[in-house]
Amino acid sequence: MPIHDQSYRRYRGGKAMPGQAWTVIARAGIMNMIRKRVFLGLLLMAWLPFLIRAVQIYFAANYPQLALIAPTAETFRQILEQQDFFVFVMTIYVGAGLIANDRRANALQIYLSKPLMRTEYIFGKAAILFAFILFVTLVPDILLLFLQVLFAGSFAFLSKNLFLFPAITVAAVLQAILCTFTMLALSSLSKSARYVAILYAGILFFSAAIYGAMLAITGSTRLSWLSLGANLTQVVDVIFRLKPRYATPWPVSMIVILGLVALSISILERRVRGVEVVT
Amino acid sequence: MHLDGVTVIYGANRALKDVTARFNAGAVGLLGPNGAGKSTLLKALLGFVKPADGRMTVLGLDVAHRPLEIRSRIGYMPESDAHIPGMNAVSFVAYCGQLAGLPAVDAMQRAHEVLYYVGLDEARYRNVETYSTGMKQRIKLAQALVHDPDLLFLDEPTNGMDPKGRDEMLELIRDLGHNKNVNLILSSHLLPDVEYTCDDVVVMDKGQVAAQGPIEQLKGPAGRVFELRIKGDLPAFIDVLRAAGMECNWTDEDVMRVFVPDGASRGTNGQTANDQAVLFGLAAQHGVQVRHLRPSIPTLEDVFAKALGEK
Repeated sequence: MPIHDQSYRRYRGGKAMPGQAWTVIARAGIMNMIRKRVFLGLLLMAWLPFLIRAVQIYFAANYPQLALIAPTAETFRQILEQQDFFVFVMTIYVGAGLIANDRRANALQIYLSKPLMRTEYIFGKAAILFAFILFVTLVPDILLLFLQVLFAGSFAFLSKNLFLFPAITVAAVLQAILCTFTMLALSSLSKSARYVAILYAGILFFSAAIYGAMLAITGSTRLSWLSLGANLTQVVDVIFRLKPRYATPWPVSMIVILGLVALSISILERRVRGVEVVT
Repeated sequence: MHLDGVTVIYGANRALKDVTARFNAGAVGLLGPNGAGKSTLLKALLGFVKPADGRMTVLGLDVAHRPLEIRSRIGYMPESDAHIPGMNAVSFVAYCGQLAGLPAVDAMQRAHEVLYYVGLDEARYRNVETYSTGMKQRIKLAQALVHDPDLLFLDEPTNGMDPKGRDEMLELIRDLGHNKNVNLILSSHLLPDVEYTCDDVVVMDKGQVAAQGPIEQLKGPAGRVFELRIKGDLPAFIDVLRAAGMECNWTDEDVMRVFVPDGASRGTNGQTANDQAVLFGLAAQHGVQVRHLRPSIPTLEDVFAKALGEK
């Protein structure tokens, strides 16, 4: 007679109510990324500009002769813009395989046979990329704002530029939403993460190239809405109360961004299914 | 589990046509040739495809209105190769447990238990992508079992397995259905698999239910099916047998299986004759030599052939 029955046993413990599976997906995805050394290296690289800026703010706050490099409201906009490269790399590295790899391994039918809705699956996957993008945009920028207060020893700068908190938050969140949903939609279209990465980079560069060509022909920046990157730049400039750098009205840029997000959600709605129906 | 007039349409193709069926508790086989609609039926029950018409209830819950509650109580082993990429077996199964609502610690414990149960305990720390076909079948069963479902959907669970692995998989399924009180629906086109593991069967053909009920009941009483080989005008004799109310199905080159239903051996005087004597009598009347006549034990193959009307 066995001391301990190791065959199949019924489970007597409790189960969570449906609706929390997206946290499981997000947590597993984030942990899976953090385990990769290459990715950790990329995260460290993405925080290097933060260190440089922190040093800049420290010296400006402590040495009056360096007032020339003292941060302004625009500095915090520039920091976000400097992070664009890392956001691009991270979006490709983290996002390309999020759904494409699941499609390659037929994992969708495993996921959707569990008690979770399609929206929960998409939300969980989106949370992974969203979190990492905010980690290299929102978090360092807000931290620098705190460091400014800390190093200067006064709230003068902050109280004068109180709008920076919501501005940084809204701008970073808008960028994260755009990148996350665009990448997820592309990832749902293919079973190859590599192909998705090329497609994403291609769309960004191609749209910028088209705008560049139109700019050269017309000599006007009115067609900046053709470039995905320019649309984001235009709206973020307005959020930071800066003079927009393109002639396109910012609501038009905003409409393009929202339209792209809506299109991405529509693609995800069609592509994320437990069964692929070929008619 | 009940299906009431369920129709599923893929584009112009009607995959399920007005299917009405009842799946009793225990182990039920879903039998049918490729393209019969078995997998579509399971996917409709899981909510992967929405029926154009009809109503389905699983474990007493309406599929259209309470899909999450249903899915938290069922386990699904898909037909095709499926896993979460980049995970080893124990992480994968524990992850599936957490997706189904188990706390992380319980999910990990259950993952170890079910991996031991399906025979993957030695390979549990290997990446699933390095597994053989047979091991992938076992891991799919493990992920379906980890949250202790009340009902298991097994879609072609022995596909691609070697004979030993297949026997072991069937043994597991039989154990689950008969000793562990797990209700299961085994979708397969392999009759011996269903016959070995299930008590009831639903036979599907061309998107419709061709037969359903307990296997033993469908097979009918022993001794009313005969293997018959003759010498003579075979097509004419088949017509004679059919005219006498019997059914004939080919098994291989020259042996046919003859079903003798109640009443077929009843004489004009109302008395029931011996079945073999009736067959001999018909052969003698039509100048046909009987070279081989043997009572046959009805199998699920007979039920299947009868349901699908194979000639």
